[in-house]
Amino acid sequence: MLNSAQVTNLFPLKVENLSLNFGGRNKSQPLINGMSFTINQSGITAIMGPNGAGKSLTLRLLHGLLIPTSGKISWYQKGENSEQTKAMQNQQAMVFQKPVLLRRSVTENLRYTLRVKNITDKNEQQKLIDEALEKAGLEDQAKNPARRLSGGEQQKLAMVRALMTRPAILFLDEPTASLDPNATKAIEDMVLSASEAGTKIIIVTHDIGQANRITDEIIFLNKGQMTEQAPTKTLIEAPQSKAARQYFRGEIVLDD
Amino acid sequence: MSDITDAIVNAFYLIITADRDLVEIVILSLQVNLLAIFISCAIGLSLGALLAVYRFRGRTITLIALSALMGLPPVVVGLIVYMFLSNSGPLGVLGLLYTPTAMVIAQVILITPIIAALTRQTLEAIYEEYKEQLKSLGVGKLGMAATLLWDGRYQLITVILVGFGRALSEVGAVMIVGGNINHVTRIMTTAIALETSKGNLSLALGLGIILIILSFIVNGLVHAINLTAERYAYA
Repeated sequence: MLNSAQVTNLFPLKVENLSLNFGGRNKSQPLINGMSFTINQSGITAIMGPNGAGKSLTLRLLHGLLIPTSGKISWYQKGENSEQTKAMQNQQAMVFQKPVLLRRSVTENLRYTLRVKNITDKNEQQKLIDEALEKAGLEDQAKNPARRLSGGEQQKLAMVRALMTRPAILFLDEPTASLDPNATKAIEDMVLSASEAGTKIIIVTHDIGQANRITDEIIFLNKGQMTEQAPTKTLIEAPQSKAARQYFRGEIVLDD
Repeated sequence: MSDITDAIVNAFYLIITADRDLVEIVILSLQVNLLAIFISCAIGLSLGALLAVYRFRGRTITLIALSALMGLPPVVVGLIVYMFLSNSGPLGVLGLLYTPTAMVIAQVILITPIIAALTRQTLEAIYEEYKEQLKSLGVGKLGMAATLLWDGRYQLITVILVGFGRALSEVGAVMIVGGNINHVTRIMTTAIALETSKGNLSLALGLGIILIILSFIVNGLVHAINLTAERYAYA
């Protein structure tokens, strides 16, 4: 966990000329192509765009799960295995569209994260686990296998697991894509509360209503490039690029 | 026909009365096979878990070689171990030929690739599901391997029992390196082969019945463990 001064040092996050190019037949066509943007510490940032725009890849590049072919992300200076990268990753957490839960009980899923983050004191572990269970409303399910929870409960567990070590940055990859409105509301409340507590949230979403409800700015991507970045209301009401206009009007974004 | 009936009746009599020779053979079999499976698991589970998480140049060839070793002909393994342990062999000085230790060595060589290959296959499926989450949490490769071994524990018990079943039914290699010496290296499979050739069908059949019962127990355990794992959604 970082103190507030260290967190401030992480921002603004500068992404410069970022490219990602997987090997294979389409090597000549980069999946992320010369992307540049800046993200500030405050607020919730949404990454939006049509399918194949590179949203999830961008999130994984920012989180360090993927290594860019070229370009620079300001909080990674030296490459994949540097100590700095490891320390930086330790301040981040990510929740995936489909929650990845270990084949263990709800409590043991939470305890595993604490052990990995070197929180070994049993009393502190129990305190954090109890807090997380309460936040997720899973007190009654503590001893049940995590993978037997409902979809909404699993995602809530994934959220509190990600937040229990109070990360500086939380990446969310379409966390409510397969949830009903009640579960979506619960997740959105958690996101807002984490943001208020000082965690920077970067969320990939297709849900324009969700972007309106909880995010402060949108980075719009299309075909592996950033087409525009603006405050949420501005971008939804008056998108500048053709692709964003089509997307927010609900039109199908076709290739030119 | 009456010979067969007599043999079956006598076989059950030997089992029920816990015939000394029969019990001695069963105990030695279990000792050799359990020790072999223990050593094979220590090597095979670790190797399989590491192969599931590490990506390195030559990994594909390693996996192909491991799969090929799963089908090692037991008599060839027996022959190779024999050559190493015989008086003129490089390890002859240890004097292990025709001892239970030699049989354990042969069994370990036969079973370890099976355990390692099946472990790798089982854990890699879980790894594909877990890897981004574990990397996101900052878990290193060794930590990932340990996590996979724990989370794959139900499937791995099945893998271990498959290995044990294989050991239990092995005859060729242990016959060559153990020598099938009475009261020393005679185990169930080698005794069955010998007693059948001598025409002593009662003892052979008695041992055969015990082998089949053990095989049923092992398979029953595999089934029960899989059902338990599914019931608790750990699978």
